[in-house]
Parts: sequence; structure tokens; C-alpha cells
Amino acid sequence: MSATATATAAPVVGSSKADETAPIRVAVKNLNFYYGSFQGLKNIDLNFHDRQVTALIGPSGCGKSTLLRTFNRIYSLYPEQRAEGEILLDGRNILDNSIDLNELRARVGMVFQKPTPFPMSIYDNIAFGIRLYERLPKAEVDARVEEALRKSALWDEVKDKLRQSGMGLSGGQQQRLCIARTVAQRPEVILFDEPTSALDPISTGRIEELIEQLRSEFTIAIVTHNMQQAARISQFTAFMYLGELIEFGPTNRLFMNPTKRQTQDYITGRFG
Amino acid sequence: MDARPNLAPASHGAAALAAPTWGRVRAGRRTADRALKILCALATLLGAVVLGSILLMLIVEGLRGFSLALFTEPTPGPGSEGGGIANAILGSLVMTTLGIVVATPVGVMAGTYLAEYGKTSKLADLIRFLNDILLSAPSILIGLFVYTVMVRTMGGYSGWAGGVALAIIATPVIVRTTEDMLRLVPGPLREAGAALGAPPSLVIRHVTWRAAQAGIVTGILLALARIAGETAPLLFTALNNNSWFSPNLMGGVANLPVMIYQFALSPYENWRQLAWAGALLITVAILALSITARVFLRGGKAR
Repeated sequence: MSATATATAAPVVGSSKADETAPIRVAVKNLNFYYGSFQGLKNIDLNFHDRQVTALIGPSGCGKSTLLRTFNRIYSLYPEQRAEGEILLDGRNILDNSIDLNELRARVGMVFQKPTPFPMSIYDNIAFGIRLYERLPKAEVDARVEEALRKSALWDEVKDKLRQSGMGLSGGQQQRLCIARTVAQRPEVILFDEPTSALDPISTGRIEELIEQLRSEFTIAIVTHNMQQAARISQFTAFMYLGELIEFGPTNRLFMNPTKRQTQDYITGRFG
Repeated sequence: MDARPNLAPASHGAAALAAPTWGRVRAGRRTADRALKILCALATLLGAVVLGSILLMLIVEGLRGFSLALFTEPTPGPGSEGGGIANAILGSLVMTTLGIVVATPVGVMAGTYLAEYGKTSKLADLIRFLNDILLSAPSILIGLFVYTVMVRTMGGYSGWAGGVALAIIATPVIVRTTEDMLRLVPGPLREAGAALGAPPSLVIRHVTWRAAQAGIVTGILLALARIAGETAPLLFTALNNNSWFSPNLMGGVANLPVMIYQFALSPYENWRQLAWAGALLITVAILALSITARVFLRGGKAR
């Protein structure tokens, strides 16, 4: 178990150190975002390092989820929302109109706040995402499903009931199923949008451990309104406020020695 | 409103506020509460008694006419003895099936368009408005409409016209329930589908429809129950027939509602008896459909 249970008011800073020399996987340049006429993000510049966990923190409405939702362009489901600027994924601007959204979303997976299992069997929940891109013989799909469930620490709990509905699992299991579904597509980046805010402390601990393990393979961005969680699991932290990026840096430094007054106030609980 | 006699006298001022007395609820309030409760119970009882007596009479009178001949013989001619309603049962089954088979794909697709694609479009608003009008249109109007466009142009009453009239009545019901049920599917489920890289059509087919399945099927069953008992639209389209219908459905086609309507008003004792039996049969069928629909909806929620 991680530090879940022992978390106190003062953030306990996580175990692993930020690797500032890791290559940049996602580069955000001068990003502006609009909900109709309301500007949700203002001139964001930010880099996400390869195989590091970057936490986005800030008070409600600061734009952290908005920022996360630009990386797979899920916002484009809603016609009144639009983004301007550049988000480079391996050197290509994903905001460009020529980008194939379905291909982008295979490379950038997403896990939501509330578990979203599809109304189908546990097996099909995972196979659905695989079959979207690859035509594989059944044995290979089976292997991929197992691999994804093992990586998501769910295999032992569900291996005997793969044909049962995914809706029958507990909340924490459903969330790990959603992670497995994303992992099965072999993305490069995984986005987590407050993945534990609907879960109990034990399930939360398991998800946090899981994120720590997934870091060896994927670049991870996580939105959380729990500062202890950000401190525990991330190597980098970005603090946002009113649609602006206030401060970004290695989690250790940001929590121990923030350079901006607003960051200091927020992490010490003076506002937010 | 005026005085609050149970409160401590005003002269006590602040001291009275510090120690509120018991019995501040006026007796009249309790009486009003009890009166409303009794009124509601009486109204419920009245409804139940009316419904119960209809069902009771239907069962008593209907069962008297039950026999094997009911299901094997066609409706008798005027003045002849005995007979059954087999042709009317079959005709009703065929036309109701025809109606629901036409209405289901149209209704489900239109409902899907309204809920999934047309959230903000003007066209969808227009369709939704027209659908609501169609939903509450008197069924006799639909009968007259189909009479004009099909019966008159095709040169006579037909089972096809009957089926189309029933389809027109069932479609708006299915459109509405499909849209409502799809709107109940949580947005994040659609986002999760999109986030895996599935195009909207795939998300709809594999995720949204599945999540709303129980509700959509319930809507179809309720539409089926609705058209199974419709009389007016069939009066102008399929009319009736005292013999077995031809397989191509041309010419009048016997059906339960119109048979009941005509036989119940007839001077022949055996006809009136058949009308009772038919009425019981149709009621039982609709009841069974409604119960199935409820079971479906509950089963869907449990999953």
C-alpha cells in the first residue's frame, strides 16, 4: 500500500525524483481555449516529459480538466468549444485539422472521473478498443485482453468471469477495467481526469499504485484536486489558477519551495 | 395568519423567544392534512372501483363466450349461428405486426437522430415539435389520412392500409421514448467511447443503444400495446371482413377492434357474445404487453 492511509495535512512528497532530462513527449505552446465566448485557458506553455507523471492541480474552475481534455481533443464533441495554439505530440500539432481524431485517441488514452464501463462483458469492454484498430485472430485478442488486465492489476479478480457484465464490478474494479481498456490500445500518453474522486480510500490506493507502475511504459497526465495525491504520485506538477498556468516544475520543488505566492497560498491551504 | 394564540404572550418579549412553547401547530393544520389524505384515498378508490368493475364485467361476459370455436372459426354472417373470431385475431396480429415492423426502425432511427445528432440543430427542433403533435393527434385523423392517400388511390380497403395507419400511430411513441431513453445515458459514457477512438456511429451502436436497450424495447412494447387496441384508424382502412383474408392483404381485413365495434352494436345475440370475447382477449393481450414492458424496464435497471 502506498502512503494513502497516512496522508496528513502537509503534502508528503512522493518517492521518485523527477527526471528533467527525459525527452519531451507533449509540448503545449501558447494554448488558448474557448467555451463559446468564455476563455477557459490563457496562453498555456507546458512540457510533458516522457514516462513521467505530471499532475495538474488548482482550485475548481482553474482549467486543469479543460487542459487535459485538449490532449485527445475530446472537447471537439461539443461544437461551441475550440482551442487555438499548438500541442505537439511527437512533433506534430494535434490541433491541426488534418489530424485523424480516431488515430490521435488511440495514441492518447483517457480515464474519466466516474468509471465508465460499457454495458457489455468484461472481455468485450477491452476487446472493443482493440478491435477498433486491429484485426486480430481471437487467440491474439485473448492474449491482449489478459495482458491489459494484468497491467491494470485486475486479472486475478476477474479471470474467471470475463463473460460477465462489466457493470457488475465494484467502483474501484470498474475504474481499473477502464484503465485496462485504455492500456489495451497501447497508447503513448494516458490522461487521468480525477480518476479516484469517486472511489473509496482503498480503491484509491490501488489506482495510485497502478499509475506508479504504468509510468514505466506511458507518459501520464493526471488532474487531481487532492494535493496529497499529486505529491504522492507525480514527478512534475503544474499549478493552474483562473485559466492560467501559474507555476510548473518538479513536484518536489513545487511543493517544498514554490516560487509564486499563489502556489504557496494554494498548497498551504490558504485558498482553493 | 392573524393571531398565533399558542405562542407566549408578546409582552414577555425576548424571554418568550428563548423558551418556545409546545403546541404551536394549529389544530386546523392537522385537520387539513387528514382531509387531504382522505380525499386522495377516496379518489384512488373511485378509480380502482371503476377499473375493477369494467374488468369484472369483461371477464364475466367474455368468459361466457369462450370456446374452441372462437379460435378456429371465422366470424359468422348475419343471422347464422355460432361462429368464432379466428379471422379477426389473425388479421389483428398481421396488421399490428406490420405496423410495428414499419414503425420500429423509423422510430428508433429518428429518436437516435434527435438525441445523438440533433441536439442543437433547428431541424431536430422542428421534428421534435411535429412528432409531439403527431403523438397527440386523434387517431381518427390518421385513419382519414390513410383513407385518402391509400384506400382511395388503391381502389379499396386493405390490410396494407391498416398496417400503415397503425405504423403512423406507433412511430411517434417510439421516437419519443427512444429519444428520452438515450438522453438518460450519461454523457461520460459517450465521451469514453470517443476517447477510445470510436466514431460516433460505432459508439451509438455498441454503447449508447446497448445502455438504453431496456428503455427502447419498453417503448416499442408500449407502442405495440397502443396500436393493438386502436379502432378508428382501422375503420377507415382495413374495415372488416367476415371471411379469411387473402394472403396479399387486399380487400377488407377482419380485426378485433372493428369487429368488437360492429358486433357489439348488432341485433344478433351470438355476435354480441363474440364481441365480449374479443374485448376480453384484446384486454388480456394488452395487459400482458404492459407487464412484459415493465419487467423489461426493471430488468434493464438491475443490470
